[in-house]
Amino acid sequence: MRLQQTLERVLELSRADGCIAVGWFHSSANLRWALNTSTTNGVSESQELVVISVIDGRVGSVARSYFPEESLESVVRESEAACRGKPAAEDLMPLLEGDEIPGDFDRDPRETGIGVFGKLVPDLAAAFGRAVERGYLLFGYAEHVQSTVYLATSTGLRRRHSGAEGKFQVNAKTPDFKSSTWAGQVTTTFEDVDIPAMEERLRLRLEWSKNQIALPAGHYEVLLEPSCVADMTLEAYWSTAARDADEGRSVFSKPGGGNRLGEKLAPSGITLYSDPREPGFEVAPFSVATSSSSYSSVFDNGLTSGRTHWIDAGVLTGLITTRHWAKVSGAEPKPFIDNLIFPAEGPSLEEMISSTERALLVTCLWYIREVDPQTLLLTGLTRDGVFLVEDGEVVGAVNNFRFNMSPLDMLAQTLEIGRSESTLARELGDYFTFAKMPPLRVRDFHMSSVSESV
Amino acid sequence: MDPYFLDLPFRRLGEAALTEAGRLGATYADFRFERHQGQGISVRDTSLESMVTSQTLSYSVRVIVNGAWGFASSVTLTPEGAVATAGRAAGVAATLANLNSEPVELAPEPAHQGTYVSSFEIDPFSVPDEEKVALLIGVNEKVLASRKVDHVDFGVSLVLENKYFASLEGTETTQQRVRVQGDVDATKIDHTTGAFETMRSSALPQGRGWEHFSSGFDYPAAAGEIPTLLEEKMAAPSVEPGRYDLVIHPSNLWLTIHESIGHATELDRALGYEAAYAGTSFATVDKLNNLRYGAPFMHVTGDRTVEHGLATVGYDDEGVAAQSWDLIAGGILTGYQLNRQMALKQGFGRSNGCAFAESGSQVPLQRMPNVSLQPGTDDLDLDDLIGGVENGIYVVGDKSWSIDMQRYNFQFTGQQFWRIRNGRLAGQLKDVAYQATTTDFWNSMDSVGGPSTYVLGGAFNCGKGQPGQIAPVSHGAPIARFRQVNVLNTAAQRAG
Repeated sequence: MRLQQTLERVLELSRADGCIAVGWFHSSANLRWALNTSTTNGVSESQELVVISVIDGRVGSVARSYFPEESLESVVRESEAACRGKPAAEDLMPLLEGDEIPGDFDRDPRETGIGVFGKLVPDLAAAFGRAVERGYLLFGYAEHVQSTVYLATSTGLRRRHSGAEGKFQVNAKTPDFKSSTWAGQVTTTFEDVDIPAMEERLRLRLEWSKNQIALPAGHYEVLLEPSCVADMTLEAYWSTAARDADEGRSVFSKPGGGNRLGEKLAPSGITLYSDPREPGFEVAPFSVATSSSSYSSVFDNGLTSGRTHWIDAGVLTGLITTRHWAKVSGAEPKPFIDNLIFPAEGPSLEEMISSTERALLVTCLWYIREVDPQTLLLTGLTRDGVFLVEDGEVVGAVNNFRFNMSPLDMLAQTLEIGRSESTLARELGDYFTFAKMPPLRVRDFHMSSVSESV
Repeated sequence: MDPYFLDLPFRRLGEAALTEAGRLGATYADFRFERHQGQGISVRDTSLESMVTSQTLSYSVRVIVNGAWGFASSVTLTPEGAVATAGRAAGVAATLANLNSEPVELAPEPAHQGTYVSSFEIDPFSVPDEEKVALLIGVNEKVLASRKVDHVDFGVSLVLENKYFASLEGTETTQQRVRVQGDVDATKIDHTTGAFETMRSSALPQGRGWEHFSSGFDYPAAAGEIPTLLEEKMAAPSVEPGRYDLVIHPSNLWLTIHESIGHATELDRALGYEAAYAGTSFATVDKLNNLRYGAPFMHVTGDRTVEHGLATVGYDDEGVAAQSWDLIAGGILTGYQLNRQMALKQGFGRSNGCAFAESGSQVPLQRMPNVSLQPGTDDLDLDDLIGGVENGIYVVGDKSWSIDMQRYNFQFTGQQFWRIRNGRLAGQLKDVAYQATTTDFWNSMDSVGGPSTYVLGGAFNCGKGQPGQIAPVSHGAPIARFRQVNVLNTAAQRAG
């Protein structure tokens, strides 16, 4: 039974006041390598059905990864039974309505397979050969996922989205593991992965690393590469629930009550927005929620989204707001969107290096965790390349650091904004693929202690 | 063993898949079929925010063909589907064989036929939803009734995991594990200044059933204590940064063990196989049997056998029987966590059973067993350890954590920080984090509590690998004392 038919059958079987059925199909392929040889590789396909019943304002949610036709009635009944004995949902809202079936709803899910790496595999084998010849080690990972989601409600709404996400990342190390560099990119096809170009970038940085410089902890001017900016700003984006802010338990809460919407947080050159139709960064243009939280509501399933500014010219202009919280607070609903764009047309990273008197160039960040939600103080590590720039040139590689820094302070202390590009967040890229970020020059970035690790 | 699982056609599918793998030239093949039943419940203040019940079912075939790994997973529960999945796994191995410069070989393991069921009293999925929701809302109401806090969240996660494994080597095992966790987290806000603080219950996840909630951890008692503790914390002085003696409760120390010992003693990391992602380890293989990891009395074990442990199994995901062993003895690094490939590669002979995959659709990786710091033989208690401190801090509960890619430089915070002056507790502090390097920290340990202070902590969500996987793992620890550890004031860490 096709997923669309499964959803329609679920709605036919439903006896609830309202019913939402969501179906996913995921197809993925991955390959992984270390020490110039492949390690774990595989292909996978999976599907999931979520049935959300609403009876007398109470919600029952049931999820299944295996749901043959003969099991559907029991899944629907279980979802209905799950409404019993519970309090009414606090975020209860009318289900969104629709009366047209989108033109793509009947299309089948897309699949991928190991063949998506057809160009990559010989290029990678050649890169392994060159690494052996030149005396360094390659590590890395390539993943391609094709996901399709279908959404149907008893109120006539139908939605479908299908998208591909690919990630390629490669790490080069000297055989003694004392120097390490990294490069990553987002791709949807793997046709645009230029391994020789990435190798050149990595080799140049290993060359820079031949001069090792020890620097102490302290506050430094830094040039943050786009991957670092992505990780830091994503942490801020994930803290923008309007309800948490309004309740006083978020960095976006205003002392005395309310939230910080309208407050100038950063220099005027800084704008952050999400747009499901951003060219090259397309994501689902509607909400899909299997459970409710301050970031999402099951009653918002199918809610369409468009370009949403979170920070505009340095001013906080948007917080993630469910329909329920919008009703409570008198705000507009602003659903979470799966991309984050920091538009900027400034200089290239190379130009920023050239105009630097003294700063640390930071390749990427790692193991970032929240220390204090009130200030959104984060701790984490620099990783795979911190370089000292003096008088417009990279003069050597510096030890790694543990940093303690809030992304809001990072934005507020920005001195220069480079040119935006598609980037893979080194840490959060596993959960959030599509980000377009510039490199940033930031003053007084707090390197709290030295990490001896490489 | 759950009868629904036993009725599923895993044997038929496994036989079809393994026969096909053999026909395609696999020198090794295994078939793993898993069903996970899960439930997540979230109560925000006195409202049920979400309650989702899930059932995930999937299987996979893993092969070695021409010396290369191949892996494929599926949800098509027919012999034809299993045969096709074996074919896709073999196809992956064939496609990527020319990237493989090291033919994969596995350490030998006897064939096993067995069944394992973890210890629990009450199947969490047999308890009516109404009863669960009533418990959670009741606890939150009690917290809010104190009028000392502004908000409270109660989150619960329940899992019942069934697994069937069969291999071309003749191993065939069936297993069932149950695990639960529940955290109460309260927030107090100063509405004038906008300052807020949080306090979480010290409940720790367990390989147990619903009895954890009904007769194990006393959530109503915690609901009575948290508001006062949080009120005191809110009013507490901000810590003066510097070096302090720390007495650390197992509810905090389990996480430090996890990050600085658990991940550091993974052999795949030590050999560089995780270098691009999770990282490597400072505890490289040349340091085996000579690295002074910590104090001479420091004894850390790895096991997959302890009752109620989250990583406890009968057999791992490569068909290796569960074991226990020393990782650190006499303060010296003496062992690693192994899977079959790494065990053979490094000459350990036999794997100690640390292969695990999050689900039937994911490839097994070398994952962490239960890693525990053993208590001392003298049954010292909290008063004994605090009594030996002039100027220190007693740390309870985990919160923020971060460690570098070689598991060396770390920073941890906690839930409660109690000032110790002249051997006595002297009120709470706030804004505390401790920062150290792994070997400095463990060598600064000068005393551990006895068996009466030993607690099994842990987590459901230890992350590793690409594609990312999570694994449940337990860490036991006694209360322990550390001398002159660097303490930061987190409020002062913001740049200026």
